[in-house]
This record gives sequence, structure tokens and C-alpha cells, in this order.
Amino acid sequence: MTVTVLRTGPMTVLKDRGRPGHAALGVAPSGAADRTAFARANRLVGNPPGAAALECTLGGLRVRFDRPATVALTGTDAALIVDGRRCAPDRAVEVGAGAEVTVGTPRRGLRSYLAVRGGFDVPPVLGSRSTDHLGGVGPPRPAVGDVLPIGAASAPEPDPTTAAGPAPAEAPAAGPAPAEAPAAGPAPAEAPGAAVVLEVDLGPRDDWFTAEAVAAFLGGEFTVTPAGNAVGLRLAGPVLTRARPEELPSEGVVRGAVQVPPDGRPIIFQADHPVTGGYPVIAVLTPPAADLAAQIRPGGKVRFAEAPDRPGRSDRSRTGDG
Amino acid sequence: MTMRFLRCGREAVLVEVDDLDEALALYAALRAAALPGVTDLVPAARTVLVRIDPAVTDPPAVRAAVGGLRVDRGHPPDLGTVTVPVRYDGPDLADVAAHTGLSEAEVVARHTGAEWTVAFAGFAPGFGYLIGGDPRLEVPRRDTPRTRIPAGSVGLAGRFSGVYPHDSPGGWQLIGNTGLRMWDLSRPEPALLTPGVRVRFQVVDR
Repeated sequence: MTVTVLRTGPMTVLKDRGRPGHAALGVAPSGAADRTAFARANRLVGNPPGAAALECTLGGLRVRFDRPATVALTGTDAALIVDGRRCAPDRAVEVGAGAEVTVGTPRRGLRSYLAVRGGFDVPPVLGSRSTDHLGGVGPPRPAVGDVLPIGAASAPEPDPTTAAGPAPAEAPAAGPAPAEAPAAGPAPAEAPGAAVVLEVDLGPRDDWFTAEAVAAFLGGEFTVTPAGNAVGLRLAGPVLTRARPEELPSEGVVRGAVQVPPDGRPIIFQADHPVTGGYPVIAVLTPPAADLAAQIRPGGKVRFAEAPDRPGRSDRSRTGDG
Repeated sequence: MTMRFLRCGREAVLVEVDDLDEALALYAALRAAALPGVTDLVPAARTVLVRIDPAVTDPPAVRAAVGGLRVDRGHPPDLGTVTVPVRYDGPDLADVAAHTGLSEAEVVARHTGAEWTVAFAGFAPGFGYLIGGDPRLEVPRRDTPRTRIPAGSVGLAGRFSGVYPHDSPGGWQLIGNTGLRMWDLSRPEPALLTPGVRVRFQVVDR
């Protein structure tokens, strides 16, 4: 089974759970930007958790299936449009042979995940089917005319409590189906205009900043600037002043790390972050917060709050005993 | 060796030590230990980032396990030597000579005369930061990075040397070029330069 790419929209790439274990080669983990939405898409179609899906920024993707398939769209409120019929996101949808499937434009959120039962079965690179924008590792970005193979469905059936039921093949031209038409879906973020609160753990380098800077980081409101991408979200807002002026030797960084360059304007590293960074990291987003951050559009507002649950709180000790 | 454990979110622990030698020794010990739940290790100049799978372990458990490791810093493991043939005709060779007060021939002699070691990887897949060179070759980055540097370019920056594995932007001082492929996904080991590998540069005419 295959799908043919008819249109890609602004940015569509293949993503899975990434390629950990290759940092010594200078290769970052990459993987889906919003892991929660990615995992849900696979779960809805009955895939194992790591099957590759299409990560589609701001919709616009259109593909054609050569055979009947089970698909699901998650991550945003974008509609899944099957041969002109709008289907709500966040549920499994059966599509017929020859069906054209379009990812609508989200009103909320940024990255939609289109999963198909069996997964996109392109050859993995270093154990992963994720495209790493920064490192240039992984499958090429799908282009118009590309034919992507779909793998064999694995054992688990689609979740019966969430699947949409029998194929609507008998009604492909029936126009919007009222029961499925609302494009609202589960709200992926706060109400428009309100700041998204991102939970963080301070460190590893919060002690490189003044107490005022840490307070401004945790108390201020920041705006996501248009300069961001899959590597990092760049923020405008309170300028975070360093307490230590010297250069930090480069060190390993993680997804969700909030790095602060000399201009004092923080950058939230997203899935395709570099392996190492040369500026101090004031805090790291919790994994759910990193997923939230992946859905914030330019112009969106964010605030940071210390996560209430602090496993490894004693990690804050600076005078370890090793 | 004194390790300082720095909190680094829920999926990693950052271990800081005193210098690069300690970081490499700790990296070697961590590789050998293969601790459960550790998914990746990122050695750097003074730290090793230990990435974990939070479904298997958590930062306090990793901190305890790392703190209990026996780290032998005396004998770095022999991971082999890579000889890199270089045509020393880079666009910044004259600038490097001027900055260091050496002749261009002396720059080349000192670059080829030292045994370098890959300290850590980063910047791009296959890019290794090389240390152990002649201190006289320490030069600043260029004031304005180049927007495109051809693959195989051999550069200097700070106390490091390195070889650009891909066409990319960059700010290092370029002294030569090699035809050796630093990154090739068709090889079982795509990167030639991985942490701990020793590197010799060798003059070639073409």
C-alpha cells in the first residue's frame, strides 16, 4: 500500500520517536515535536507507539491512498478532509481506495500528525524515520509526486472506543457530515490571546543568572517571535541578565532547554535542537510543556512556572559527592 | 574526581567535572557501564550529559549510579588513529599565520606535527572537536561567519581544530581541505571522528 503526495503545505516531514544514542556522532535525537499528539495518532489507528507519521505544520498536506486505509489526525483542531468531506480530528477514520485526504488549516495549534495504520515505511536512517532539519539526517522532506510506502498493520486493532466505525465509503460525496463537521476538537492550547503556561525545572545553569533575571523569567510574559523553527522557539520579553560574564564551554542540551544567548532573549529548544549548546540553559521544560510549546504559533504568549513535582530535587546541589 | 550533578529536566542529568580529561574519562566509564535507562551520552568540554528514558529510570537513580562509578582517568582507551590528508591552501591560512606570528609553513608544520584527539562531537553530524594541538595555533573565530563552507574544509577556532563534514555555514579559520569523507551514511560507522579517536593531519599536494 502507498500514498502519493499531491500537495505538501508549508512544511511536512516524517517523524517518529527519534534516534537517541548517536550523540557521539554529533547526531541529535530529533523525533516528533509534540510527542503526545504523535503518540495519540498512532494509538488511534492501532499502530505501535513508534510508527512514523507525517508532521504537518499549518496544514495544507494532501495525499492519495491507493488502497483502503485507517488514518487519524491529531495535534491541532485542523479537520481531516476525505474526498471533500470534513472529519473531526482525534478519531480514527476509514478511507477508501483512491481517497484523497487533506489536512485542513488549524485555527489553533501548529503541528498536526497524520498517522496511517501500518505506519509510513520509508527506510530508516540511523534507526529512525524522523527528518532532523538541523542535522540534515533522515528521510527527505516529502515532495509533490512522492510515493510513500505504508507498512503492514501490526497486531493491535484500532481502539474500538475511539474508532469512527465502519468506513464511510458509501457516502464520500455527501458533503459535510454534521456529526463530524465541527473542527474544534480538543483544545490544544489555552484560549486565544491568553499566555500558555509552560512548566519548567530550573537548571542546569540558573546560577549563571542574576536573581532578578530568574524572577523575571518565572514572572514575566514572553512572546514567540516569527524567527523560530523546528530547532527553537525564540522569545521576546524581559531580558535575562547573566550573573557570570564568562563564556560557558559548550555542553549537551535537551529538548525543552531554555537557552539564553548574550542578548538575554531566551530560546526554547524544540525536537530538532543541536547536540550541544554554548550558552547557559536557565531551565528545562517538562516533557508535556515541551509538547505544548511545539504548538505555539508566532505571536503567541508564554509564561514559565516552576513545575510543582520535582523529582531529583537534590540535583540542585552544586557540590556533588562523586 | 569530583562530579557535580546539575538538574537538567526530567529526561537527563548533567554531570560536571573539572576539565576535558575528566569528562572523557567519565564518558568512557559511562559507556562501559551501560547503565539501565540511559539512552545517550553527550561528552563535552567539562560535562557529560546523560540522557535517560523516564519510563525506565529517573534523575535521582542515575545520579546515584553515576556517583558510584569507578572512573579510571589514567588510561584513555585506544580507539584508533585516523590520518587525514590535507591540502593546506585554505583561504585563512595567511590570516592564521599573521595572527600567530608564524609563517604559513610553520602553521602547517605545527598542525601536522601534533597528535590531536576528538574531544566531543557537535555542531553537525560527523563534526568532531579536536584538541591536543600546538597552543601556538590558538586563534579566534572569524568576526563574520561564512555562509557556506565546503565539506572537507579544515579549520581552527580557539584551541580546537575540526573538519567540516558537510557544506555549511561556519566561523572557523580555514587552513586547508581534505578529500576524506568525514560523514558517510553508507558506512557502518558513518562518522570518522568520534570522541576519543586520535587524529593525524598529513600534507598532500592535491
